[in-house]
Amino acid sequence: MPAGFSAADFYYILPELLLTGGALLVLMLSVLTPKQDGLLLVAALATVGATLAVVVSFAGLDVTASRGLLAIDGFAAFFKVVVLLSAALTLLMSSPYLKTEGIQAGEYYFLILCAALGMMFMSSGLDLITLFIGLETMAVSFYILAGFLKPNPRSNEAAVKYFLLGAFSLGVLLYGMSLLYGATGTTHLSGIAAALGGASPSLVVILGVVLVGAGMGFKIAAVPFHMWAPDVYEGAPTPVTAYLSVGSKAASFAMLIRIFIEGLPAVGAEWTMLFYALAVVTMTVGNIAALTQSNLKRMLAYSSIAHAGYLLMGVVVGTERGVAAMLVYLGVYVFMQLGAFAVITMMRRSDIIGEELKDLNGLSKRSPIVAFAMLFFMLSLGGIPPTAGFMGKVWLFGATIDAGFIWLAVIAVANSAVSLYYYLRVVVFMWINEEEGVGSPLTIGPAMSVALGVALFGTVVFGVYPQFLFEHAEAAARSLDGIASITLR
Amino acid sequence: MLEITPAHYTILSAALFSIGVIGVLVRRNIIIVFMAIELMLNAVNINLVAYAQQLQNLIGQVFVVFVIAVAAAEAAVGLGILLAFYRNKETVNIDEMNVMRW
Repeated sequence: MPAGFSAADFYYILPELLLTGGALLVLMLSVLTPKQDGLLLVAALATVGATLAVVVSFAGLDVTASRGLLAIDGFAAFFKVVVLLSAALTLLMSSPYLKTEGIQAGEYYFLILCAALGMMFMSSGLDLITLFIGLETMAVSFYILAGFLKPNPRSNEAAVKYFLLGAFSLGVLLYGMSLLYGATGTTHLSGIAAALGGASPSLVVILGVVLVGAGMGFKIAAVPFHMWAPDVYEGAPTPVTAYLSVGSKAASFAMLIRIFIEGLPAVGAEWTMLFYALAVVTMTVGNIAALTQSNLKRMLAYSSIAHAGYLLMGVVVGTERGVAAMLVYLGVYVFMQLGAFAVITMMRRSDIIGEELKDLNGLSKRSPIVAFAMLFFMLSLGGIPPTAGFMGKVWLFGATIDAGFIWLAVIAVANSAVSLYYYLRVVVFMWINEEEGVGSPLTIGPAMSVALGVALFGTVVFGVYPQFLFEHAEAAARSLDGIASITLR
Repeated sequence: MLEITPAHYTILSAALFSIGVIGVLVRRNIIIVFMAIELMLNAVNINLVAYAQQLQNLIGQVFVVFVIAVAAAEAAVGLGILLAFYRNKETVNIDEMNVMRW
C-alpha cells in the first residue's frame, strides 16, 4: 500500500466531493439569499445531477481507492445511481410540501444531500470503519429530517423513536464489529475474509456475525428489529418517509452485502440460516400487519418491511444471480415506492393532512391522472404484470428457486398474494368509494409532476423493457469480490 | 497478584454492554435510556482498545477515535431532538410517547 494519498484517490472520490461541495453551497445560498427556495431546489438538483453524471462515467471501473478503503466498482455505481435517483425524486416532491408546511428549505435540502453522501460511502466502503462512518452520516441526517416538523408532536415522536432505536442498533452493530476485529485483527473486509477462511468459526466470530446481522437488521427494518419503522414512517414528513424507505433501505442492503458476501463468506452457512429465518418472518409479519392499517403511510411502512423480507431472499441465495435479482428488485422498488409516496405527499394540502385511506375517496373523479399513477404503483408493489414490480418478483423468486430454496420461494409467493389485498384496497378507495369524495382536486406543481412522471416512467418502462435493468444489475453483482466463492448450497 | 489480561477487559466490556442493553430495555426516562446507549458504545471502545493491545495493531485505537466522534455528534443531535420533544410534551418519559400506536 502506498504511504499517502495520491491524486488518483481524490479523482475516484470526485462524486462524493461534488456532493459535499454542492451540499455546502446549498447551505450557504440559503443564508445569502433568504426566501429563494426555488433557487435552492435548482442548486440541490444540479448537485445531484452532476454527481450522478460522474458516477455513471465511473460505472465501468473496478478499482479500489484511498488505500483500499473504497471500492469504485459496478456494484457501488449501481447503488450510487439508486441513491442519487431517490435523492433527486425526494427533492422534487419536497419542494411543494415544504411550502405547505412552512419549512425553511435550506437546511432541509442540505440534510437530504448529506444523507445521500453517507449512503454513497455505505455502498462503496470496503472497511468496517468506512462503512460505519457512512452509516452514521446517513443516520444522523435522518434523525434530524424525521423531526423536521418541530411544532408537530408526531414528528417529534418519530424523531425520538428513530434516534433511540438507531443509536441502540448502532451500539449492537459496533459491538459485533469489535468482536470481528478482535477475532481477525483487521477491519478491512478482504482481510477479515482471509483471516476467517478455512478454520471453523470460533464462538466470538459467530457472536460478532449475529450482532452485526442484528444491527443491520435494524437498519433495513427486518422483523424482529422493525418496531421503529411504522412509527417513524408515519410521523416523519412524507418526503422524508419516502427517502427513508428507499434510499436508506437500499444503502443498508449495499452495506449488508458488502459485509456478509465480501467480508464473511467463510461463515456463509451460519448467516444464510440467520437471513433465511429473518426473510421469512419479515415478509410474513410485514404483510399481515399491513392488512389492518387505515393510515396510508403506516400501511406503506409495513409494506416496505415486507419488501425488505423479499430483498433478503437475494442475500440468502448469495450467488451472483441472487444478488443481481435483488438489485433488479431494488431498482424497481425505487420507482414504485417513491411514486406512491409522491401521491401521498400531494394529498397533504394546507387544511388536509390526507394520510388516511378514506382521504383517497373518489380520487379517480377528482384527479384521474394521479389516480391512474397510484393504480400503477399499487399494482407494481403487488407484483402484477405488466408493471416493473412483476419483473422484479419474477427474477427474485426465480433465482431463489434455482438456488434450491423452494420453500422460501413458496412462502414469498403466498405473501405476495396476501399483499394484493391491501394494495388493491387503495385502488378500491380511489375508484369505488366515490360518493363521499372529500374536497377538491389535487394540485400538481411542476416539480411534483416531474417526480411523478419519472416514477411512473420507471414503473411502466421496466415492466415492458426490463433488459436494461437486468444487464446493469448483473454487471454490478459480478463486480463484487468473493461473489464466486459462494457456491450453491 | 492477579495479572490483568486483555481477556479481563473483554469480560468487563461484555458486562458493561449488557448493563447498557438492560438499561435501554427497562428504564423509562429517555435521558437515562440515552445514557445506557452511551454505556454500550463505551463497552465497544473498551473492547476495541483491549483487542488493539492484544493484537499489537493500531486499527482498534483508530476505530475508537471514530466511535467517540460519532457518539458526540449523535449526542448533540439526540439532545436537540429531545428538546423539541420536551417543548411539545413537557415530559421525557418513554411511556408518554404514545401519539402513534398500532
